[in-house]
Amino acid sequence: MTGRDRLCFAAAIGLIVVAGFVQSWNTAFAILNFALISAILSLGINIQWGYAGLFNIGAAGFVALGGFAVVIVSVPPVEEAWRAGGVRVLLALLIGLATVLTAIFVWGRLRPGRIRTISVVALLCTGLWVYRWLFDPAVSAIESVNPAGTGFLGGLGLPVLLAWPVGGLLAAAAAFVIGKIALGLRSDYLAIATLGIAEVIIALLKHEDWLTRGVKNVAGLPRPVPYEVDLQRTDWFANLANRLDVELAGFSSIFVKLCYTAILLAVLISLLILCERALKSPWGRMMRAIRENETAAEAMGKDVKRRHLHVFMLGSAVCGIAGAMVTTLDGQFTPAAYQPLRFTFLIWVMVIVGGSGNNWGAVLGGIVIWFFWIEVETLGHLLLDAATVWMSPDSPVRLHLMDSAAHMRNLTMGLVLLLVMRFRPRGIIPER
Amino acid sequence: MDFLNAAAAFANFVLVPGFSYGSQLALGALGVTLVYAVLRFANFAHGDTMAFGGMTAVFGTWWLQSRGIDLGPLPTTLIALPFSIVATIGLVLLVDRLIYRHYRRVKAPLVTFVIVSFGVMLVVNGLVRLIIGPDQQRFADGERFIVSAREFKSLTGLQEGLAFKTTQGITIVAAVVLMAMLFWFLNRTRTGKSMRAYSDNEDLALLSGINPEKVVALCWIIAGGLTAVAGVLYGLDKIFKPFTYFQLLLPIFAAAVVGGMGNPIGAVAGGYLVAFSEIGITYAFKKVVNHLLPQAWEAQGLLQLLSTEYKFAVSFVMLVIVLLLRPTGLFRGRAF
Amino acid sequence: MGRNLTCGYGGADIIHDVTIAVDKGQIAVVVGPNGAGKSTAMKAMLGLMELTSGSVIHDNEDITRLSPQERVGRGMAFVPQTRNIFATLTVEENLEMGAFLHKGDFAGIMDQTFELFPVLREKRSQKAGELSGGQRQQVALGRAMMTSPNLLVLDEPTAGVSPIVMDEVMERICEIARSGVSVLMVEQNARSALEIANVGYVLVQGRNRFTDTGEALLADPEVRSSFLGG
Repeated sequence: MTGRDRLCFAAAIGLIVVAGFVQSWNTAFAILNFALISAILSLGINIQWGYAGLFNIGAAGFVALGGFAVVIVSVPPVEEAWRAGGVRVLLALLIGLATVLTAIFVWGRLRPGRIRTISVVALLCTGLWVYRWLFDPAVSAIESVNPAGTGFLGGLGLPVLLAWPVGGLLAAAAAFVIGKIALGLRSDYLAIATLGIAEVIIALLKHEDWLTRGVKNVAGLPRPVPYEVDLQRTDWFANLANRLDVELAGFSSIFVKLCYTAILLAVLISLLILCERALKSPWGRMMRAIRENETAAEAMGKDVKRRHLHVFMLGSAVCGIAGAMVTTLDGQFTPAAYQPLRFTFLIWVMVIVGGSGNNWGAVLGGIVIWFFWIEVETLGHLLLDAATVWMSPDSPVRLHLMDSAAHMRNLTMGLVLLLVMRFRPRGIIPER
Repeated sequence: MDFLNAAAAFANFVLVPGFSYGSQLALGALGVTLVYAVLRFANFAHGDTMAFGGMTAVFGTWWLQSRGIDLGPLPTTLIALPFSIVATIGLVLLVDRLIYRHYRRVKAPLVTFVIVSFGVMLVVNGLVRLIIGPDQQRFADGERFIVSAREFKSLTGLQEGLAFKTTQGITIVAAVVLMAMLFWFLNRTRTGKSMRAYSDNEDLALLSGINPEKVVALCWIIAGGLTAVAGVLYGLDKIFKPFTYFQLLLPIFAAAVVGGMGNPIGAVAGGYLVAFSEIGITYAFKKVVNHLLPQAWEAQGLLQLLSTEYKFAVSFVMLVIVLLLRPTGLFRGRAF
Repeated sequence: MGRNLTCGYGGADIIHDVTIAVDKGQIAVVVGPNGAGKSTAMKAMLGLMELTSGSVIHDNEDITRLSPQERVGRGMAFVPQTRNIFATLTVEENLEMGAFLHKGDFAGIMDQTFELFPVLREKRSQKAGELSGGQRQQVALGRAMMTSPNLLVLDEPTAGVSPIVMDEVMERICEIARSGVSVLMVEQNARSALEIANVGYVLVQGRNRFTDTGEALLADPEVRSSFLGG
């Protein structure tokens, strides 16, 4: 990091501190925590785009998988639902998987021709029929178990922090499949394919109620940090608040956020160290060499496609971890919240603005862009208020514009992206 | 066994909606594919540009309605459509002038264009939401049906109704007319041929005296017009809601890739293929099959391969299959 | 003609002070070893590369600052070595594109071109990409001729075609020159090219090495031993 970079980081933290003084420290820490997660997400995309030039615009899907990991790892199992149809569902899924694998096997074994087509189609149809026969009743049985409270299988009831690496693994697995298909094609094809996989993952999480409760959401997820109410009841905490002369409830909320900040920061720093090491290692140099000239790297005997697959999985895993962190921090799994604009394109703005190919740049971009993403609404409101002050207070145009202030976000982020691409295409902290 | 009723049910739930949705996708995919053919990048701002076109038509319609102007049985939007086309063409030309042209001049790598199109997408998306808001707007008026289900039943005496909405009729007619015009232009006029020539071999086009900036501007004008029409027709037929246009991006790209990126015929074929697969796979065939089978064998389930929530998965799977088996698409676009 | 051309890709110049000229109705041939900058010199003539210094004169006019399209408008035509046809267009459409700058009717020129390359008339509605190598080369030449040039610049017109086709292509080129069009060509098959050349240039490492009539170069022992394989 050069002195200028440090200055940039200081300015970014300064922005959040200003928000602390002007708005509230609670807000400031909330922004900081999400900014840290954004920084991790941004690192993930930077691994793919900055190191290897891979075009992933399915980050929202990988983030959602991470969130799903929190549900299956940390939620206690719903025993009644398991009794109602758990085994049957698992069996159905196994049969489904077996059908697909057998079909692929048969396709590979038989010679092309009518016999192959007929047998594969027959196999798939039978498999599908058996699968549906097992699956559908089991699902309705599970979903009818206390639908207002559970109506799903629940998870494993393990500590929530374990969900973070699991989220990474799930995302990496999804990345493996999509990478196998779309890597090696034109870069915009990979982009379209990742956009597609993200849509499919999110649709699954939204509609497979037996697994995720779907749009009914899973609330009250376990936390890695104490609850505010519990804190307020403990003596040492009350004493501490007393000694610092602060109001108990507000302090407990800030304290909890601080605990999160510590954990998030620890993860971010370790990832950052790993990324920096990786980028400076022979592996990182090779990745960059491949990015600069694929043909030459291939001619030198590098298995470009394999390397790309690895880096694609790594980056997606980081997105998955970040996704698990988002859900843990929210305390709630909300499948409908995974909007591509927020969880994919916003991350791209972070990487490009921060400086693609530079880990520090990605982190800085994550923090700064998240800050503005949150604050643009407030600023936009002020701005529109000022711009329309000459209109009568109940003028429909003015009211409409004030209502729309929330949508200034996308507009601003788009403009920021376009301006940076035009006038500072290498970002705030360029690659070295 | 009741073949006629089965056919009527099939036409009502699969054929007619498939043709109209397919026309909308085909028009959208044509826009994507033309930009890809001439400028060589996948334009991610396409969905939101469609939303922009739809929005201008909504405003135009409202204004006309407030003046008491209408088209009788036809939707008023048809009068607003030219305005919407002009506005959308204006937008894409302005975007090209302010943004993309610079990257052509500095001969930026193609991925730069794609990333820049993300930015354009966000800006247009924000503009649309800022102006009309994120909520859905209904702007269809006039006669709702060309043939309603009830009329069809009384006309034919069948048990199943076959409804044909005015908006579906307009969609299909407009799409067919526009496609005919486009292919006539590309294959029969000198300017159209020069566009194909430029798409085929940029350097040689330059050496033949074809002006690249003119071709690019023309490409934006045509793509912008198609985008506006696609956006308006989709909004008219279904509903106008900014977010749905972003979601249309996936089936539209799937249609373009399946047909062969950069190949207009492929885009049309891909559009209908994706639309029919999506509707066919997510339609519950119970009704159709029950008309065909004797009563004793009546199907119990819905006979639905995939629930409608997963219609986007269909486009995705088609995309994957094509990428795996034939990355250049069915009609050999320019994949590399 | 090009005078004292110096240019190259990003920083490093590939050709230095190269001068190449051709008179009306004559054939000038540029030969030289690989990497001598022959193709680069041709691209510089057409304005496909920016010059560091030097100038391009055409019909007594300095056209150094003109874009490729404007040069095409003034009667310069270029046939690149590769990708020199519109593969997805029909033969007729290829020719039509060559006539893109003609404002009025171009049926006359089309007829002349078909007379020069009779096989193209037969295949007029076939996709150019589906033709054989020799026929494609004729499409490429035909498209260039459709611009009704007074100077035709060719970059290795016989690269990758069989010897029989090569002779035919050479013959066509002579015919074109006889009709009053100046021809400037780069050739790998130095011997047969110099045989039809009025004037020949030997480029080595981006500089003029020998310049003389084709006959004289063929007779020059040094040229023979170094560039024509004895």
